[in-house]
Amino acid sequence: MTGAASGGIAVVAVVAALTAAAFVPLIGHARTGAPLLDFLMAPYTLRITRFTLLQAGLSTLLSVGFAIPLARALAHQPQFMLRGTLLRLMALPLGLPALVGVLGIVEVFGQRGWVNGLLAAIGLDSRLEIYGLTGILLAHVFFNMPLAARMVLSGLEAIPYESERLSAQLGFTPAQHWRHVEWPAVRQVLPGTLLLVFILCAASFTIVLTLGGGPSATTLEVAIYQALRFDFDPGQAVVLALLQLLLCASCYLLLGRLGTDVDPGMTLGARAQPGSRGSGRRTGDWLLIAMAGAFIALPLVAIVISGLQAPLASLLAQPAVWQAASTSLAVALAATALAMAAAWLLAAARRDTLRMRDPPRWRRALDKVGGLVAGLTLAMPPIVLGAGWFVLALGFEGPFSIAPAAVVAGNALLALPFAVRIIEPAMLGHAQAYDRLVLSLGIKGLTRFRLIDWPVLGRPAGLAAALAMAMSLGDLGIITLFGSEDFLTLPYLLLQRMGTYRTTDAAGLALILGGLCLSLIWTAEWMARPARRSTP
Amino acid sequence: MRRLIAAVLALIALASFAHAKETLTIYTYDGFTSDWGTGPKVKAAFETQCDCTVDFVALPDGVALLNRLKLEGAATKADIVLGIDTNLTAEAEATGLFAPYEVTASALTVPGGWSDKTFLPFDWGYFAVVFDGEKLKADQFRSLKEFIEKPGPEKIVIEDPRTATPGLGLLLWIKAVYGDQAKDAWEKLKPRILTVTPGWSEAYGLFTKGEAPMVLSYTTSPAYHMIAENTQRYQAFAFAEGHYMQIEVAGMTKSARNKELARRFLAFMISPGFQDLVPETNWMYPAGPISKPLPAAFDRLVKPAKSLIFSSEEVARNRKAWTEEWLAATSR
Repeated sequence: MTGAASGGIAVVAVVAALTAAAFVPLIGHARTGAPLLDFLMAPYTLRITRFTLLQAGLSTLLSVGFAIPLARALAHQPQFMLRGTLLRLMALPLGLPALVGVLGIVEVFGQRGWVNGLLAAIGLDSRLEIYGLTGILLAHVFFNMPLAARMVLSGLEAIPYESERLSAQLGFTPAQHWRHVEWPAVRQVLPGTLLLVFILCAASFTIVLTLGGGPSATTLEVAIYQALRFDFDPGQAVVLALLQLLLCASCYLLLGRLGTDVDPGMTLGARAQPGSRGSGRRTGDWLLIAMAGAFIALPLVAIVISGLQAPLASLLAQPAVWQAASTSLAVALAATALAMAAAWLLAAARRDTLRMRDPPRWRRALDKVGGLVAGLTLAMPPIVLGAGWFVLALGFEGPFSIAPAAVVAGNALLALPFAVRIIEPAMLGHAQAYDRLVLSLGIKGLTRFRLIDWPVLGRPAGLAAALAMAMSLGDLGIITLFGSEDFLTLPYLLLQRMGTYRTTDAAGLALILGGLCLSLIWTAEWMARPARRSTP
Repeated sequence: MRRLIAAVLALIALASFAHAKETLTIYTYDGFTSDWGTGPKVKAAFETQCDCTVDFVALPDGVALLNRLKLEGAATKADIVLGIDTNLTAEAEATGLFAPYEVTASALTVPGGWSDKTFLPFDWGYFAVVFDGEKLKADQFRSLKEFIEKPGPEKIVIEDPRTATPGLGLLLWIKAVYGDQAKDAWEKLKPRILTVTPGWSEAYGLFTKGEAPMVLSYTTSPAYHMIAENTQRYQAFAFAEGHYMQIEVAGMTKSARNKELARRFLAFMISPGFQDLVPETNWMYPAGPISKPLPAAFDRLVKPAKSLIFSSEEVARNRKAWTEEWLAATSR
């Protein structure tokens, strides 16, 4: 057994153990004799399952549908002012608690939002009504399209220089270029992107209820929350959580067929710098980038404007704010480190399997299970994880002593799929290109990591870390069970202020949280910036 | 050296002496313990008279509080649980984890009197439709019936009874007024509802952003805006049928380590030392005697003609069925 394989097994085992540690104690707390099967087949459950699938499916199609042309436009225009800023802003929505994002969206697109103000100002009678499916889709596209675009862009940026040059020499039309050069690269990252966005939308809670306009917009996550709150029926919550996992797993299996084996062939590894294209193409690109940029930036601008009206100086003078910020930072860093390490181990195990001419059965099984595990941790409702761990902790030390560990572990599980989806395709492609050379030169271990892997994998790793950190920073799941005066994060503090009439404080905290998130994204990507080198 | 040892020993003795000080652990919701909330002031005031340390464990809200207790069972570290409302006391009582308070409760000022022997109220308020004075006038709706049955474009943001206490409050309010006709009432109200949010914060956030001119909140919400923000802009409608009440209570657990101390706290809770703090920190009405008059802004609040409330047992028995009724009426 290679080191990589045991690493992969260890990751799968830990994730499985963490999941079991949540589900088993809850099942132990289930009301005995509760007709769970009846409940599963009840019209209510069927209806919300249908709605969950509908809204998540549509949200995913729209988000990824807009993300692909945007990523292409960004790939075609590798150098323009604010490009770096735009790319970083694109990771930001992930780091915003849903409530903050929703208020930003409402400020722009709501009843009395900027868009409706504009429509009225130019004398149009029609108004934008977002409450209902429209609002849910709008918000999900805001939260997920930028993420999807960055993932697709990372696929496009992995297109080797030779392909671009060949395409130019052959005089490919944009359509041919798309078909023969870009699509194969997009296809590599597409299943992972679709799956992530689908899970994020399927498990959406605050957005769906707040913008959904009424209880006809109810997802499984709402029912899970309901089951654990007023009804306090952990058995029901576990059944619903399993149903949600099942839906996402089917999605994973369906999407698995979409992917292809990696075969970039031998290249020099230089990144493409596409030359000039037709000016018409340029205009199209700019138009797309400007529109998408505005769509992403406007709600963020609204959040900044509200935040600037808050008494920022007095907020920053409060020890609670600093304590929450440093807790958030520590949790995000720890969770990201764990998620990155786990993702790297899983990807390396997969790489080693692919390297074998005839891998043993168990290794193929490990790949499959590893993929499934890493893909689905995001679909586990944090409230179920938290409640389960809480019950488990009662038997031992008590929940408060494990609070930091529980929150870090939960956030690492949330971040793991992002890290895997980004690191794995990059690592597999890179291995195919370099393995033979590296093996023949006998470069191994850390030397290989430093000289061969990091220069190329650093950039996707940076993106993965940035997304993982954003995800962890904005999380409001497990902390709501484990939070206390001594242990509270920025989003939790924000929610507290919001719940006690202090809406301006909350707006200020949202700005601080956004700033912290952006600087973390910046740092992660800066640390992982590609090393300058002429030829390999 | 010898002096150093002596000093260390003295320190240890001091530390163990300090350690010997009793600790009173109170589970409550986090709005109560926030820096500007009632909690820190209560802690300071009670600690001066009890020679003990008050420890708060803060949870998101009253429902979370009860669930935490159910999870912990008899092993709970809570001596006092403070902050569940009367809609939940029957369920809380049924856990068998609470002990009778055995404190004189005759001075309580809660409308309708108090007979519960396990839980003591510390504050109360009325649910209300709060409106934006820049868009609506106070006489727009003079009753719940008018509000539900008079058609109009003015929208309201409400909370979901499946996830939020105020949402459950509106559900019970409509049930109390309409009885068997509640389902029809919800169908009539439906066009007025802009959206249904998971919690009070989302609803109130949308309301203050100007998304809707009305929100389901409390009659005391305007007091916050008048006192803390010095604005009359947000007011509550007075509905002729009366308003549904929320009474927040506390109780001591059977597992309380020092029952005497817990009782002393409950007695303190319904005394002016605690009650004086309630109006301007928890934005509710005091449940016991106060030593100074209510803030002037409270005089300007809606004073419901009638207080509506179901018994805790009725709520526990019917909540599920009534929620389903609501769901059926508003989901289509």
